Amino acid sequence: MTTLWVTIVAVALASAAIKAAGPVLVGGRDLPPRAVSVIALLAPALLAALVVTETLGKDQHLVLDERAIGVAVAGLALALRAPVLLTVALAAATTALAGTFG
Amino acid sequence: MSRPSGLDPYLAGARASVPFALATLVIGISFGVLARSLGWGIVAPIVFSVIAFSGSAQFAVAAVLGAGGGAVAAILAAVLLNARFGPMGVAVAPYLKGRPFRRALEGQAVVDASWALASRGGGRFDREFMIGATVPQGVGWIFGTAIGAVSGDFIGDPERLGLDVIFPAFFLVLLAEELRGSRRAVAVALIAASLALALVPFAPAGVPVIAACVAALLGLRGQS
Repeated sequence: MTTLWVTIVAVALASAAIKAAGPVLVGGRDLPPRAVSVIALLAPALLAALVVTETLGKDQHLVLDERAIGVAVAGLALALRAPVLLTVALAAATTALAGTFG
Repeated sequence: MSRPSGLDPYLAGARASVPFALATLVIGISFGVLARSLGWGIVAPIVFSVIAFSGSAQFAVAAVLGAGGGAVAAILAAVLLNARFGPMGVAVAPYLKGRPFRRALEGQAVVDASWALASRGGGRFDREFMIGATVPQGVGWIFGTAIGAVSGDFIGDPERLGLDVIFPAFFLVLLAEELRGSRRAVAVALIAASLALALVPFAPAGVPVIAACVAALLGLRGQS
């Protein structure tokens, strides 16, 4: 049990430190224009990476399973301008169905 | 502290994050059930969710310890998964307020969905919106964990509800917003996705996502 508690406290401290680092080190200073143009592109980079790794990654392997079908349905719904909640609900429902019958 | 209307920007963020908070609640239940099944009891998973508030890192810890791994391996996996909050924190830093301690506290509001929801394009961020968006997700995560840990096997595995696509589907929605009208953002997203996919088989979890940030360096080239 000690291992668990040591891990819990260490992970909490490490997470807090990682999140505090930028705000404390940068402070309220405006970033140089070149840094701002890189940061402006961080959101698309991070979001794209999160989408593909959470859709296709599993334990250090790339797999094509029911998650890919669900996210593909979400992409289709987005292209058809469906509302956000409907888009996500369709993705989850498709994944659950594909998982049941797949 | 301030006029009642001062709360409005926070409330706007809170409202925008409700769908994420509901998803977080259910995924929190999933974490609670998993932790209980690993013999963590009821208190430890809840304390973990309160003090760490970090879904992906907590699942990684459960996976490592559950597979018989040690504390060091579990902590390392969590740190790698959370490393992305480093650059995200730098990005919002100019918009936070107060002295270093307060900034450090406000930086704790950085979670994927809130950060992306508060992104206003051109590298600008809405501080109040981000903090407001994080509160319901924190509540959802902690309550979800408690429900899952207390009920344990009684609930069963929520994964069968197709929940593992909720976050990638939401992130796809936010990504579509970021890509609108910017060919450069599209190029960056394609490079980032390719980098991340290429690294999945070779790098520990978390590394592909942080490495994909390199794609944002495309911003150093002259305006297109």
